[in-house]
Amino acid sequence: MVDTSHIGYRHPPHTVDVEAGKLRSFAKAIGETRSEYLDEAAARAAGYRALPAPPTYMFSLELDHPDPFALVRVLKIKLHHVLHGTQRFIYHRPVCAGDRITLQQTVEEVFEKNDGALGFVVVRTTATNQLGELAGEAVKTIVVRQKKAKAS
Amino acid sequence: MNTAAVDNVASMPSASRPCPYREGDLLPAFKSAPISRAVIALFAGASNDHNPIHIDIDAARAAGLDDVFVQGMLPMAYLGRMLTDVFGQDALREFGVRFVNITYVHDALECIGRVETVEGIAGGWRVGVAVSAINPRGDLALSGDAVIELKS
Repeated sequence: MVDTSHIGYRHPPHTVDVEAGKLRSFAKAIGETRSEYLDEAAARAAGYRALPAPPTYMFSLELDHPDPFALVRVLKIKLHHVLHGTQRFIYHRPVCAGDRITLQQTVEEVFEKNDGALGFVVVRTTATNQLGELAGEAVKTIVVRQKKAKAS
Repeated sequence: MNTAAVDNVASMPSASRPCPYREGDLLPAFKSAPISRAVIALFAGASNDHNPIHIDIDAARAAGLDDVFVQGMLPMAYLGRMLTDVFGQDALREFGVRFVNITYVHDALECIGRVETVEGIAGGWRVGVAVSAINPRGDLALSGDAVIELKS
């Protein structure tokens, strides 16, 4: 059962460096061909400070942690019961190679559907850059396949 | 160019030219290659998603599945490429999806984007785009939306 007492839980923040080499690996893995995602000079020519992080990369920054599934454990959810239900990004400022981003995850909602067959946990992550500016936000719904609750 | 849209935009004093997009416009079609196990593995490393259910068939079987399946964030990244190809990343304000059906090994995904709304804002336009990814069985893999802000 997902536990509604986790609503409002703030996971310890973690800070990650946005690395050019990792951005290029990510761009290659998604088949990106645009030069501003692959080449530093092209990125600058396109108006970026350095290689830009692609639109979904904030999710990868969240996972760039020695213990990336710690939040799932705090929630007492088994990883192989978890599905990724929704994912949303809100962009405030570009994130580029060389940035240092601090991520703060907060559990916003916990609820169940289908008589407890499915649990839902909504987590919002804020990404703040080295200047203290809010660069972006990521909101995900974690879906937990759980045993159907017994009728009381 | 849609006359109503032009009239609408012309009434905005900040807009010096009509918005290049109008409701109903389709973005250039984008089809991924069939997603191989190698791509899944590369994406696992590059995206920091080391959940073994995507890369280790033993872990997938232990979870009651026949095989590994594709990380949902990979097709989301493909939708992101479709958006940045057309609008550029700087224009992206929000991007969200719902993961509707699991994407399997060897699926090629057809990415579709359609302009749903165009509104004048100070200095430009806000464009709402519906996005979806369709798997080879004709089912929805992901569906979502993006908010784009363009300067006039």
